[in-house]
Amino acid sequence: MGKTGSIFAGVLLSPYKHRASFVHSFPPMAKLIVAVLFVVAMVLLPRDAWGAFAAGAGVLLAVALVSRVGLGHLLARLILVEPFVLCVAGLSLFQPNGFWIFLSMLTRSTLCLFCMVLLSATTRFSDILGALWRLRVPPLIVTTLALMYRYLFLIFEEAGRMHRARASRTFSQSRWFVWRRWATVVGHLFVRTSSRAERIYDAMCARGWRT
Amino acid sequence: MHIPDGFLNTPTVLASGAVAMASVGVALRIVGKTFPARRVPLIGLAAAFVFAAQMINFPVAGGTSGHLIGGVLAAVLLGPSAAVLVMTCVLVLQCFMFADGGVTALGANALNMAVVAPVVGYAIYRAICKLTGGGLRGILIGTAFGAWCSTVAASVICAGELALSGSAAWGVALPAMVWMHMIIGLGEALITTLVVAVVAQLRPELLLDGDKPVSHAGYRELLGYGVLASLGLAIFVAPFACPWPDGLEKVAQRLGIEHLAQAPLVGWPFADYASPHISSAVISTGLAGCVGVVVAFGLAWLLARAVMLKPIIERNNSGQNR
Repeated sequence: MGKTGSIFAGVLLSPYKHRASFVHSFPPMAKLIVAVLFVVAMVLLPRDAWGAFAAGAGVLLAVALVSRVGLGHLLARLILVEPFVLCVAGLSLFQPNGFWIFLSMLTRSTLCLFCMVLLSATTRFSDILGALWRLRVPPLIVTTLALMYRYLFLIFEEAGRMHRARASRTFSQSRWFVWRRWATVVGHLFVRTSSRAERIYDAMCARGWRT
Repeated sequence: MHIPDGFLNTPTVLASGAVAMASVGVALRIVGKTFPARRVPLIGLAAAFVFAAQMINFPVAGGTSGHLIGGVLAAVLLGPSAAVLVMTCVLVLQCFMFADGGVTALGANALNMAVVAPVVGYAIYRAICKLTGGGLRGILIGTAFGAWCSTVAASVICAGELALSGSAAWGVALPAMVWMHMIIGLGEALITTLVVAVVAQLRPELLLDGDKPVSHAGYRELLGYGVLASLGLAIFVAPFACPWPDGLEKVAQRLGIEHLAQAPLVGWPFADYASPHISSAVISTGLAGCVGVVVAFGLAWLLARAVMLKPIIERNNSGQNR
Protein backbone atom coordinates (compact mmCIF):
# COMPACT_ATOMS: atom_id res chain seq x y z
CA MET A 1 0.00 0.00 0.00
CA GLY A 2 2.48 2.65 1.20
CA LYS A 3 2.45 5.38 -1.42
CA THR A 4 -0.94 4.58 -2.91
CA GLY A 5 -2.33 4.31 0.62
CA SER A 6 -1.41 7.87 1.47
CA ILE A 7 -2.80 9.16 -1.83
CA PHE A 8 -6.07 7.39 -1.18
CA ALA A 9 -6.19 8.66 2.36
CA GLY A 10 -5.54 12.19 1.15
CA VAL A 11 -7.80 12.57 -1.84
CA LEU A 12 -10.21 9.69 -1.79
CA LEU A 13 -11.11 9.18 1.82
CA SER A 14 -11.69 12.79 2.76
CA PRO A 15 -14.14 14.33 0.34
CA TYR A 16 -15.47 16.80 2.92
CA LYS A 17 -13.89 20.26 2.99
CA HIS A 18 -15.00 22.50 5.81
CA ARG A 19 -15.70 26.11 4.91
CA ALA A 20 -17.98 28.74 6.40
CA SER A 21 -20.45 29.12 3.60
CA PHE A 22 -24.15 29.21 2.89
CA VAL A 23 -23.95 25.86 1.09
CA HIS A 24 -22.25 24.17 4.06
CA SER A 25 -24.80 25.43 6.58
CA PHE A 26 -27.78 24.49 4.41
CA PRO A 27 -29.82 21.74 6.18
CA PRO A 28 -28.33 18.38 5.12
CA MET A 29 -31.67 16.73 4.44
CA ALA A 30 -32.74 19.51 2.07
CA LYS A 31 -29.32 19.41 0.42
CA LEU A 32 -29.55 15.66 -0.11
CA ILE A 33 -33.03 15.94 -1.60
CA VAL A 34 -32.07 18.85 -3.87
CA ALA A 35 -28.99 16.99 -5.09
CA VAL A 36 -30.96 13.82 -5.84
CA LEU A 37 -33.69 15.84 -7.58
CA PHE A 38 -31.05 17.58 -9.69
CA VAL A 39 -29.59 14.22 -10.74
CA VAL A 40 -33.03 12.81 -11.51
CA ALA A 41 -33.89 15.90 -13.58
CA MET A 42 -30.66 15.57 -15.55
CA VAL A 43 -31.33 11.88 -16.18
CA LEU A 44 -34.91 12.49 -17.32
CA LEU A 45 -33.95 15.19 -19.84
CA PRO A 46 -33.97 14.08 -23.48
CA ARG A 47 -30.63 13.35 -25.13
CA ASP A 48 -30.43 16.60 -27.10
CA ALA A 49 -31.45 19.06 -24.37
CA TRP A 50 -28.14 20.89 -24.63
CA GLY A 51 -29.62 24.15 -23.32
CA ALA A 52 -30.80 22.46 -20.14
CA PHE A 53 -27.40 20.79 -19.71
CA ALA A 54 -25.73 24.19 -19.98
CA ALA A 55 -28.17 25.64 -17.43
CA GLY A 56 -27.45 22.73 -15.07
CA ALA A 57 -23.72 23.26 -15.45
CA GLY A 58 -24.21 26.96 -14.70
CA VAL A 59 -26.17 26.22 -11.52
CA LEU A 60 -23.54 23.73 -10.33
CA LEU A 61 -20.69 26.17 -11.00
CA ALA A 62 -22.52 28.93 -9.13
CA VAL A 63 -23.07 26.63 -6.13
CA ALA A 64 -19.43 25.52 -6.28
CA LEU A 65 -18.27 29.15 -6.22
CA VAL A 66 -20.60 30.08 -3.35
CA SER A 67 -19.42 27.05 -1.34
CA ARG A 68 -15.79 28.28 -1.55
CA VAL A 69 -14.50 24.71 -1.63
CA GLY A 70 -12.09 25.45 -4.45
CA LEU A 71 -12.51 24.13 -7.94
CA GLY A 72 -9.16 22.30 -7.77
CA HIS A 73 -10.40 19.90 -5.10
CA LEU A 74 -13.69 19.32 -6.89
CA LEU A 75 -12.02 18.74 -10.26
CA ALA A 76 -9.46 16.35 -8.74
CA ARG A 77 -12.28 14.22 -7.36
CA LEU A 78 -14.18 14.45 -10.62
CA ILE A 79 -11.15 13.25 -12.59
CA LEU A 80 -10.76 10.30 -10.21
CA VAL A 81 -14.18 8.92 -11.21
CA GLU A 82 -14.33 10.17 -14.79
CA PRO A 83 -12.43 7.18 -16.32
CA PHE A 84 -15.29 4.83 -15.33
CA VAL A 85 -17.78 7.11 -17.08
CA LEU A 86 -15.59 7.24 -20.19
CA CYS A 87 -15.36 3.44 -20.22
CA VAL A 88 -19.11 2.89 -20.05
CA ALA A 89 -19.85 5.74 -22.46
CA GLY A 90 -17.29 4.28 -24.87
CA LEU A 91 -19.56 1.26 -25.35
CA SER A 92 -22.20 3.54 -26.88
CA LEU A 93 -19.81 4.60 -29.66
CA PHE A 94 -20.32 1.30 -31.43
CA GLN A 95 -23.77 2.01 -32.73
CA PRO A 96 -25.11 4.23 -35.51
CA ASN A 97 -25.18 7.88 -34.51
CA GLY A 98 -23.09 6.72 -31.57
CA PHE A 99 -20.93 9.82 -31.32
CA TRP A 100 -23.83 12.10 -30.37
CA ILE A 101 -25.21 9.56 -27.90
CA PHE A 102 -21.71 9.28 -26.46
CA LEU A 103 -21.31 13.04 -26.14
CA SER A 104 -24.72 13.56 -24.58
CA MET A 105 -24.29 10.72 -22.10
CA LEU A 106 -20.83 11.95 -21.17
CA THR A 107 -22.13 15.49 -20.51
CA ARG A 108 -25.08 14.26 -18.53
CA SER A 109 -23.05 11.85 -16.36
CA THR A 110 -20.36 14.42 -15.74
CA LEU A 111 -22.98 16.89 -14.51
CA CYS A 112 -24.48 14.25 -12.18
CA LEU A 113 -21.01 13.32 -10.94
CA PHE A 114 -20.15 16.94 -10.28
CA CYS A 115 -23.38 17.33 -8.33
CA MET A 116 -22.52 14.35 -6.10
CA VAL A 117 -18.92 15.51 -5.69
CA LEU A 118 -20.24 18.89 -4.61
CA LEU A 119 -22.64 17.27 -2.15
CA SER A 120 -19.91 15.16 -0.57
CA ALA A 121 -17.55 18.15 -0.41
CA THR A 122 -20.07 20.30 1.47
CA THR A 123 -21.85 17.72 3.65
CA ARG A 124 -20.38 15.47 6.33
CA PHE A 125 -21.22 11.80 5.81
CA SER A 126 -22.64 11.68 9.34
CA ASP A 127 -25.11 14.42 8.32
CA ILE A 128 -26.12 12.40 5.26
CA LEU A 129 -26.64 9.43 7.58
CA GLY A 130 -28.87 11.54 9.81
CA ALA A 131 -30.90 12.59 6.78
CA LEU A 132 -31.22 8.96 5.65
CA TRP A 133 -32.38 8.03 9.15
CA ARG A 134 -35.10 10.68 9.07
CA LEU A 135 -36.09 9.56 5.58
CA ARG A 136 -37.01 6.21 7.18
CA VAL A 137 -34.24 4.15 5.60
CA PRO A 138 -34.29 0.82 7.55
CA PRO A 139 -32.34 1.21 10.85
CA LEU A 140 -30.16 -1.83 10.19
CA ILE A 141 -28.85 -0.22 7.00
CA VAL A 142 -28.17 3.13 8.68
CA THR A 143 -26.43 1.40 11.62
CA THR A 144 -24.36 -0.63 9.20
CA LEU A 145 -23.41 2.46 7.21
CA ALA A 146 -22.50 4.33 10.39
CA LEU A 147 -20.33 1.49 11.70
CA MET A 148 -18.78 1.07 8.29
CA TYR A 149 -17.86 4.73 8.03
CA ARG A 150 -16.58 4.82 11.60
CA TYR A 151 -14.21 1.87 11.18
CA LEU A 152 -13.25 2.35 7.54
CA PHE A 153 -10.21 4.49 8.25
CA LEU A 154 -9.11 2.31 11.13
CA ILE A 155 -9.28 -0.89 9.08
CA PHE A 156 -7.58 0.80 6.18
CA GLU A 157 -4.67 1.88 8.36
CA GLU A 158 -4.50 -1.55 9.95
CA ALA A 159 -4.19 -3.12 6.50
CA GLY A 160 -1.39 -0.70 5.69
CA ARG A 161 0.51 -1.56 8.88
CA MET A 162 0.07 -5.29 8.36
CA HIS A 163 1.26 -5.08 4.80
CA ARG A 164 4.30 -3.01 5.78
CA ALA A 165 5.18 -5.54 8.47
CA ARG A 166 4.76 -8.41 6.02
CA ALA A 167 6.70 -6.70 3.24
CA SER A 168 9.61 -5.89 5.55
CA ARG A 169 10.00 -9.58 6.39
CA THR A 170 9.88 -10.98 2.85
CA PHE A 171 12.39 -10.62 0.10
CA SER A 172 10.77 -12.52 -2.74
CA GLN A 173 9.26 -10.44 -5.49
CA SER A 174 7.68 -13.15 -7.64
CA ARG A 175 4.12 -12.30 -8.62
CA TRP A 176 2.60 -15.42 -7.05
CA PHE A 177 4.34 -14.49 -3.84
CA VAL A 178 3.07 -10.91 -3.93
CA TRP A 179 -0.47 -12.19 -4.42
CA ARG A 180 -0.18 -14.65 -1.57
CA ARG A 181 1.23 -11.93 0.63
CA TRP A 182 -1.71 -9.66 -0.08
CA ALA A 183 -4.16 -12.51 0.39
CA THR A 184 -2.60 -13.24 3.77
CA VAL A 185 -3.01 -9.61 4.75
CA VAL A 186 -6.66 -9.55 3.62
CA GLY A 187 -7.42 -12.85 5.38
CA HIS A 188 -5.83 -11.69 8.62
CA LEU A 189 -7.68 -8.42 8.24
CA PHE A 190 -10.98 -10.28 8.13
CA VAL A 191 -10.15 -12.32 11.22
CA ARG A 192 -9.10 -9.20 13.10
CA THR A 193 -12.21 -7.40 11.88
CA SER A 194 -14.50 -10.12 13.12
CA SER A 195 -12.92 -10.21 16.56
CA ARG A 196 -13.00 -6.42 16.67
CA ALA A 197 -16.72 -6.57 15.89
CA GLU A 198 -17.26 -8.78 18.92
CA ARG A 199 -15.33 -6.40 21.16
CA ILE A 200 -17.38 -3.52 19.76
CA TYR A 201 -20.57 -5.39 20.56
CA ASP A 202 -19.40 -5.92 24.14
CA ALA A 203 -18.52 -2.25 24.43
CA MET A 204 -21.89 -1.24 23.00
CA CYS A 205 -23.73 -3.46 25.49
CA ALA A 206 -21.60 -2.14 28.36
CA ARG A 207 -22.83 1.34 27.44
CA GLY A 208 -26.47 0.33 27.43
CA TRP A 209 -27.09 -0.36 23.73
CA ARG A 210 -30.09 -2.56 23.03
CA THR A 211 -31.59 -3.49 19.69
CA MET B 1 -18.83 -2.12 -13.29
CA HIS B 2 -20.35 0.85 -11.45
CA ILE B 3 -22.91 2.35 -13.85
CA PRO B 4 -22.87 6.16 -13.59
CA ASP B 5 -25.94 8.39 -13.81
CA GLY B 6 -27.35 9.06 -17.23
CA PHE B 7 -26.78 5.67 -18.82
CA LEU B 8 -30.06 4.03 -17.86
CA ASN B 9 -33.51 5.05 -18.99
CA THR B 10 -36.47 5.42 -16.66
CA PRO B 11 -38.05 1.93 -17.06
CA THR B 12 -34.70 0.26 -16.43
CA VAL B 13 -34.04 2.44 -13.38
CA LEU B 14 -37.48 1.65 -11.95
CA ALA B 15 -37.40 -2.09 -12.71
CA SER B 16 -33.88 -2.65 -11.39
CA GLY B 17 -34.61 -0.48 -8.37
CA ALA B 18 -37.73 -2.50 -7.56
CA VAL B 19 -35.93 -5.87 -7.80
CA ALA B 20 -32.97 -4.57 -5.80
CA MET B 21 -35.23 -3.13 -3.08
CA ALA B 22 -37.20 -6.35 -2.85
CA SER B 23 -33.97 -8.33 -2.44
CA VAL B 24 -32.57 -5.98 0.19
CA GLY B 25 -35.92 -6.19 1.99
CA VAL B 26 -35.70 -9.97 2.03
CA ALA B 27 -32.10 -9.79 3.24
CA LEU B 28 -33.04 -7.36 6.03
CA ARG B 29 -35.86 -9.64 7.15
CA ILE B 30 -33.70 -12.75 7.20
CA VAL B 31 -30.82 -11.04 8.99
CA GLY B 32 -33.23 -9.53 11.52
CA LYS B 33 -34.69 -12.94 12.20
CA THR B 34 -31.71 -15.27 12.10
CA PHE B 35 -28.59 -13.24 12.82
CA PRO B 36 -27.63 -13.29 16.52
CA ALA B 37 -27.51 -9.74 17.94
CA ARG B 38 -23.89 -10.36 18.81
CA ARG B 39 -22.95 -10.55 15.15
CA VAL B 40 -24.86 -7.47 13.95
CA PRO B 41 -21.89 -5.08 14.35
CA LEU B 42 -19.94 -7.56 12.22
CA ILE B 43 -22.08 -6.60 9.21
CA GLY B 44 -20.96 -2.97 9.54
CA LEU B 45 -17.35 -3.91 10.06
CA ALA B 46 -17.45 -6.43 7.24
CA ALA B 47 -18.70 -3.64 4.99
CA ALA B 48 -15.72 -1.52 6.02
CA PHE B 49 -13.49 -4.57 5.46
CA VAL B 50 -14.84 -5.14 1.95
CA PHE B 51 -14.37 -1.46 1.18
CA ALA B 52 -10.77 -1.54 2.40
CA ALA B 53 -10.12 -4.81 0.55
CA GLN B 54 -11.44 -3.23 -2.65
CA MET B 55 -8.80 -0.55 -2.40
CA ILE B 56 -5.94 -3.01 -2.22
CA ASN B 57 -4.51 -3.34 -5.69
CA PHE B 58 -3.07 -6.62 -6.89
CA PRO B 59 -0.41 -6.33 -9.58
CA VAL B 60 -1.43 -7.90 -12.90
CA ALA B 61 0.81 -8.20 -15.94
CA GLY B 62 2.18 -5.06 -17.54
CA GLY B 63 1.88 -2.50 -14.78
CA THR B 64 -1.89 -2.78 -14.56
CA SER B 65 -3.55 -3.86 -11.36
CA GLY B 66 -6.88 -5.31 -10.38
CA HIS B 67 -8.81 -5.32 -7.17
CA LEU B 68 -11.24 -7.51 -5.31
CA ILE B 69 -15.00 -6.97 -5.65
CA GLY B 70 -15.75 -9.08 -2.61
CA GLY B 71 -19.34 -10.21 -3.08
CA VAL B 72 -18.52 -13.91 -2.93
CA LEU B 73 -15.93 -13.43 -0.21
CA ALA B 74 -18.58 -11.81 1.98
CA ALA B 75 -21.15 -14.48 1.06
CA VAL B 76 -18.81 -17.38 1.88
CA LEU B 77 -17.71 -15.82 5.18
CA LEU B 78 -21.04 -14.38 6.37
CA GLY B 79 -23.81 -15.99 4.34
CA PRO B 80 -25.78 -14.58 1.39
CA SER B 81 -28.20 -12.35 3.32
CA ALA B 82 -25.48 -10.55 5.24
CA ALA B 83 -23.46 -10.33 2.01
CA VAL B 84 -26.36 -8.59 0.25
CA LEU B 85 -26.50 -6.01 3.06
CA VAL B 86 -22.73 -5.58 3.19
CA MET B 87 -22.43 -5.00 -0.54
CA THR B 88 -25.45 -2.67 -0.59
CA CYS B 89 -23.88 -0.51 2.12
CA VAL B 90 -20.56 -0.46 0.27
CA LEU B 91 -22.36 0.76 -2.86
CA VAL B 92 -24.34 3.40 -0.95
CA LEU B 93 -21.17 4.78 0.61
CA GLN B 94 -19.37 4.77 -2.74
CA CYS B 95 -22.31 6.55 -4.32
CA PHE B 96 -22.86 9.30 -1.76
CA MET B 97 -19.32 9.86 -0.60
CA PHE B 98 -17.17 9.14 -3.61
CA ALA B 99 -19.62 9.74 -6.48
CA ASP B 100 -18.65 6.27 -7.73
CA GLY B 101 -21.78 4.87 -9.34
CA GLY B 102 -24.83 7.02 -9.97
CA VAL B 103 -27.67 7.86 -7.61
CA THR B 104 -30.33 6.89 -10.12
CA ALA B 105 -28.28 3.84 -11.09
CA LEU B 106 -27.95 2.77 -7.45
CA GLY B 107 -30.73 0.21 -7.85
CA ALA B 108 -29.13 -1.28 -10.95
CA ASN B 109 -25.68 -1.32 -9.38
CA ALA B 110 -27.08 -2.93 -6.24
CA LEU B 111 -28.86 -5.53 -8.36
CA ASN B 112 -25.66 -6.39 -10.24
CA MET B 113 -23.06 -6.29 -7.51
CA ALA B 114 -24.98 -6.63 -4.25
CA VAL B 115 -27.66 -9.15 -5.23
CA VAL B 116 -26.82 -11.13 -8.36
CA ALA B 117 -23.08 -11.42 -7.67
CA PRO B 118 -23.19 -12.75 -4.07
CA VAL B 119 -26.34 -14.82 -4.57
CA VAL B 120 -25.19 -16.55 -7.77
CA GLY B 121 -21.72 -17.03 -6.33
CA TYR B 122 -23.05 -18.45 -3.08
CA ALA B 123 -25.49 -20.80 -4.81
CA ILE B 124 -22.67 -22.22 -6.92
CA TYR B 125 -20.40 -22.43 -3.87
CA ARG B 126 -23.00 -24.41 -1.96
CA ALA B 127 -23.72 -26.69 -4.91
CA ILE B 128 -20.04 -27.52 -5.37
CA CYS B 129 -19.52 -28.04 -1.63
CA LYS B 130 -22.37 -30.53 -1.75
CA LEU B 131 -21.11 -32.28 -4.91
CA THR B 132 -17.56 -32.66 -3.61
CA GLY B 133 -18.82 -33.92 -0.26
CA GLY B 134 -17.67 -30.96 1.83
CA GLY B 135 -14.21 -30.57 3.28
CA LEU B 136 -11.74 -27.79 2.68
CA ARG B 137 -11.05 -28.77 -0.92
CA GLY B 138 -14.74 -28.53 -1.79
CA ILE B 139 -14.89 -25.12 -0.14
CA LEU B 140 -11.92 -23.85 -2.10
CA ILE B 141 -13.14 -25.17 -5.48
CA GLY B 142 -16.59 -23.79 -4.76
CA THR B 143 -15.19 -20.40 -3.77
CA ALA B 144 -13.02 -20.13 -6.86
CA PHE B 145 -15.70 -21.20 -9.32
CA GLY B 146 -18.43 -19.25 -7.54
CA ALA B 147 -16.33 -16.06 -7.57
CA TRP B 148 -15.67 -16.41 -11.29
CA CYS B 149 -19.31 -17.12 -12.12
CA SER B 150 -20.55 -14.25 -9.96
CA THR B 151 -18.35 -11.75 -11.79
CA VAL B 152 -19.54 -13.00 -15.18
CA ALA B 153 -23.21 -13.11 -14.12
CA ALA B 154 -23.01 -9.53 -12.84
CA SER B 155 -21.46 -8.39 -16.12
CA VAL B 156 -24.18 -10.14 -18.17
CA ILE B 157 -26.97 -8.44 -16.28
CA CYS B 158 -25.10 -5.12 -16.44
CA ALA B 159 -24.86 -5.47 -20.24
CA GLY B 160 -28.58 -6.24 -20.32
CA GLU B 161 -29.39 -3.06 -18.39
CA LEU B 162 -27.25 -0.90 -20.65
CA ALA B 163 -28.70 -2.47 -23.78
CA LEU B 164 -32.31 -2.14 -22.59
CA SER B 165 -31.67 1.55 -21.95
CA GLY B 166 -30.39 1.98 -25.49
CA SER B 167 -27.02 3.18 -24.19
CA ALA B 168 -25.15 0.45 -26.01
CA ALA B 169 -26.11 -2.18 -28.54
CA TRP B 170 -26.56 -5.64 -27.01
CA GLY B 171 -24.27 -7.13 -29.66
CA VAL B 172 -21.47 -4.85 -28.45
CA ALA B 173 -22.22 -4.56 -24.76
CA LEU B 174 -22.54 -8.29 -24.12
CA PRO B 175 -19.28 -9.46 -25.72
CA ALA B 176 -17.34 -6.45 -24.40
CA MET B 177 -18.58 -6.83 -20.83
CA VAL B 178 -18.48 -10.62 -20.74
CA TRP B 179 -15.02 -10.99 -22.28
CA MET B 180 -13.61 -8.37 -19.95
CA HIS B 181 -15.22 -9.91 -16.89
CA MET B 182 -14.29 -13.46 -17.83
CA ILE B 183 -10.70 -12.26 -17.40
CA ILE B 184 -11.38 -10.03 -14.38
CA GLY B 185 -13.23 -13.00 -12.86
CA LEU B 186 -10.03 -15.06 -12.91
CA GLY B 187 -8.36 -12.48 -10.70
CA GLU B 188 -11.40 -12.28 -8.45
CA ALA B 189 -11.46 -16.07 -8.11
CA LEU B 190 -7.74 -16.23 -7.34
CA ILE B 191 -7.84 -13.51 -4.67
CA THR B 192 -11.05 -14.77 -3.07
CA THR B 193 -9.75 -18.33 -2.87
CA LEU B 194 -6.40 -17.29 -1.41
CA VAL B 195 -8.15 -15.16 1.21
CA VAL B 196 -10.61 -17.95 2.09
CA ALA B 197 -7.68 -20.36 2.44
CA VAL B 198 -5.99 -17.97 4.87
CA VAL B 199 -9.18 -17.60 6.91
CA ALA B 200 -9.58 -21.39 6.94
CA GLN B 201 -6.10 -21.64 8.36
CA LEU B 202 -6.60 -18.98 11.03
CA ARG B 203 -10.22 -19.54 12.07
CA PRO B 204 -11.44 -22.86 10.63
CA GLU B 205 -14.63 -22.65 12.68
CA LEU B 206 -15.81 -19.75 10.49
CA LEU B 207 -15.87 -22.05 7.47
CA LEU B 208 -15.94 -25.65 8.64
CA ASP B 209 -18.43 -27.19 10.99
CA GLY B 210 -16.69 -30.46 11.76
CA ASP B 211 -16.10 -31.81 8.28
CA LYS B 212 -18.96 -29.98 6.56
CA PRO B 213 -18.98 -26.38 5.38
CA VAL B 214 -20.86 -24.02 7.71
CA SER B 215 -24.40 -23.57 6.47
CA HIS B 216 -25.41 -19.92 6.42
CA ALA B 217 -28.67 -20.21 4.56
CA GLY B 218 -31.65 -22.52 4.56
CA TYR B 219 -33.12 -23.87 1.34
CA ARG B 220 -36.12 -21.55 1.54
CA GLU B 221 -33.82 -18.57 1.75
CA LEU B 222 -31.80 -19.76 -1.24
CA LEU B 223 -35.03 -20.42 -3.12
CA GLY B 224 -36.31 -16.90 -2.41
CA TYR B 225 -33.10 -15.34 -3.67
CA GLY B 226 -33.12 -17.68 -6.64
CA VAL B 227 -36.56 -16.38 -7.60
CA LEU B 228 -35.44 -12.75 -7.24
CA ALA B 229 -32.21 -13.28 -9.19
CA SER B 230 -34.04 -15.07 -12.00
CA LEU B 231 -36.59 -12.25 -12.02
CA GLY B 232 -33.74 -9.82 -12.61
CA LEU B 233 -32.30 -12.03 -15.35
CA ALA B 234 -35.74 -12.44 -16.92
CA ILE B 235 -36.28 -8.68 -17.06
CA PHE B 236 -32.88 -7.61 -18.27
CA VAL B 237 -31.43 -10.51 -20.23
CA ALA B 238 -34.35 -12.55 -21.57
CA PRO B 239 -35.49 -9.91 -24.11
CA PHE B 240 -32.16 -10.40 -25.85
CA ALA B 241 -31.78 -14.11 -25.41
CA CYS B 242 -33.65 -14.94 -28.62
CA PRO B 243 -30.89 -15.33 -31.19
CA TRP B 244 -32.96 -14.77 -34.36
CA PRO B 245 -32.68 -11.37 -36.00
CA ASP B 246 -36.42 -10.79 -36.35
CA GLY B 247 -36.89 -11.51 -32.66
CA LEU B 248 -34.34 -8.88 -31.88
CA GLU B 249 -35.94 -6.40 -34.24
CA LYS B 250 -39.25 -6.96 -32.54
CA VAL B 251 -37.68 -6.17 -29.22
CA ALA B 252 -36.16 -3.05 -30.71
CA GLN B 253 -39.54 -1.97 -32.04
CA ARG B 254 -41.24 -2.63 -28.76
CA LEU B 255 -38.65 -0.57 -26.96
CA GLY B 256 -38.84 2.17 -29.54
CA ILE B 257 -35.11 2.13 -30.18
CA GLU B 258 -35.24 0.78 -33.73
CA HIS B 259 -34.46 4.19 -35.16
CA LEU B 260 -31.04 3.82 -33.60
CA ALA B 261 -30.34 0.90 -35.89
CA GLN B 262 -31.65 2.45 -39.08
CA ALA B 263 -28.89 4.67 -40.31
CA PRO B 264 -25.62 2.76 -40.17
CA LEU B 265 -22.71 5.10 -40.75
CA VAL B 266 -20.66 4.07 -43.77
CA GLY B 267 -17.18 3.01 -42.81
CA TRP B 268 -17.94 2.74 -39.11
CA PRO B 269 -15.69 -0.08 -37.90
CA PHE B 270 -18.34 -1.82 -35.85
CA ALA B 271 -21.33 -0.98 -38.03
CA ASP B 272 -21.96 -4.69 -38.43
CA TYR B 273 -22.85 -5.09 -34.81
CA ALA B 274 -25.80 -2.76 -35.04
CA SER B 275 -27.30 -4.64 -37.98
CA PRO B 276 -29.28 -7.90 -37.74
CA HIS B 277 -25.94 -9.76 -37.88
CA ILE B 278 -25.91 -9.07 -34.16
CA SER B 279 -27.18 -12.59 -33.63
CA SER B 280 -23.87 -14.13 -34.73
CA ALA B 281 -22.01 -12.06 -32.14
CA VAL B 282 -24.44 -13.15 -29.45
CA ILE B 283 -24.21 -16.81 -30.43
CA SER B 284 -20.42 -16.77 -30.58
CA THR B 285 -20.36 -15.06 -27.18
CA GLY B 286 -22.65 -17.75 -25.87
CA LEU B 287 -20.41 -20.51 -27.22
CA ALA B 288 -17.30 -18.79 -25.89
CA GLY B 289 -19.11 -18.44 -22.58
CA CYS B 290 -19.75 -22.19 -22.42
CA VAL B 291 -16.12 -22.98 -23.18
CA GLY B 292 -15.10 -20.34 -20.65
CA VAL B 293 -17.23 -21.92 -17.94
CA VAL B 294 -15.58 -25.31 -18.48
CA VAL B 295 -12.08 -23.82 -18.52
CA ALA B 296 -12.83 -21.75 -15.42
CA PHE B 297 -14.03 -24.81 -13.56
CA GLY B 298 -10.83 -26.63 -14.48
CA LEU B 299 -8.78 -23.68 -13.29
CA ALA B 300 -10.77 -23.50 -10.06
CA TRP B 301 -10.01 -27.16 -9.42
CA LEU B 302 -6.31 -26.66 -10.16
CA LEU B 303 -6.20 -23.57 -7.94
CA ALA B 304 -7.80 -25.42 -5.05
CA ARG B 305 -5.18 -28.17 -5.50
CA ALA B 306 -2.33 -25.66 -5.59
CA VAL B 307 -3.55 -23.89 -2.45
CA MET B 308 -4.20 -27.21 -0.69
CA LEU B 309 -0.68 -28.48 -1.43
CA LYS B 310 0.91 -25.68 0.54
CA PRO B 311 2.04 -26.45 4.08
CA ILE B 312 -0.53 -23.87 5.18
CA ILE B 313 -3.11 -26.65 5.47
CA GLU B 314 -1.01 -28.84 7.73
CA ARG B 315 -0.75 -25.97 10.13
CA ASN B 316 -4.48 -25.63 9.80
CA ASN B 317 -4.98 -29.16 11.08
CA SER B 318 -2.76 -28.63 14.09
CA GLY B 319 -4.59 -25.36 14.66
CA GLN B 320 -7.85 -27.22 15.01
CA ASN B 321 -6.48 -29.29 17.89
CA ARG B 322 -5.30 -26.26 19.73
